Amino acid sequence: MSELLLHTITLKHYLVLSATVFVIGLCGIFLNRKNLINIIMCIELVLLSVNINFAAFSVFLGDIKGQIAAMFVLTIAAAEAAIGLAILLAYFRNVGSIEISDIRE
Amino acid sequence: MILFYFFAFLLVLSALMVTFNKNPVYSILFLILSFFCSAGLLIIIGADFLAMLLLIVYVGAVAVLFLFVVMMLNINLAKLREGFVKHLSTGALVALVLLMDMYFIFDSADYEGFKLAKMDAAREIGKVLYTDYMLLFQICGAILLTAMIGAVVLTLRNGRRNKLQHRPTLRSSKDTLEIVKVKIGEGLGE
Repeated sequence: MSELLLHTITLKHYLVLSATVFVIGLCGIFLNRKNLINIIMCIELVLLSVNINFAAFSVFLGDIKGQIAAMFVLTIAAAEAAIGLAILLAYFRNVGSIEISDIRE
Repeated sequence: MILFYFFAFLLVLSALMVTFNKNPVYSILFLILSFFCSAGLLIIIGADFLAMLLLIVYVGAVAVLFLFVVMMLNINLAKLREGFVKHLSTGALVALVLLMDMYFIFDSADYEGFKLAKMDAAREIGKVLYTDYMLLFQICGAILLTAMIGAVVLTLRNGRRNKLQHRPTLRSSKDTLEIVKVKIGEGLGE
């Protein structure tokens, strides 16, 4: 751990950081079992951490392909958020609630 | 170096706040803060184009979409928090184990060949994206179009309040025109 604090920024810093954000997002999916909006937000957080990972590898390897992959992940994330929120809205109109326990019934 | 730790700390903090905040509106605002922090982190290592893209796409489009939806829905906040404390211990344990696993993997890896490369990100992306990755780029466009149409179809309701486009009735010459043979000297009559 001490080497992380002393030297200049390395790939490891970014890997540990993105892993932390990934785990927080995953943990959020486990914990917010009731709220659908929070789950979609946590998925966005997970995708963000993946993007950081792609970009860090791309820069530290000197290869641009990683950033292009990150761009595609960004596109899919935007599409996924739009569709997810549209489904959420349509469901809320019909049922009047967005609790997962209500959806299951 | 200090900038990295500043952004990293703020990113982790705002990610935690996204997860643990009671009010979805505050969660979304913290989500926006975490997007800003990650954009800062990407700028530090020189991926500036991707950082700007992240800001424009996520903050400009996705986060605003989230805000709209949350403000449109009237959610009972207290009910949504049920079971949060019950799952907290299990979730924290899983998260801790996962994080430790990942850290050990990163700790044991060899980082010899990886060093910060200077490159003009926007220029390099422009060179590759429209040539080598043209097909993927087009497919991405198709996916976005599908998502757009899907969102419209899902949220469109057939009701009185919908303003439809005015469609005039189709006319043909049979309905509106009558051809009459007029005799000479008599005229059309009445």
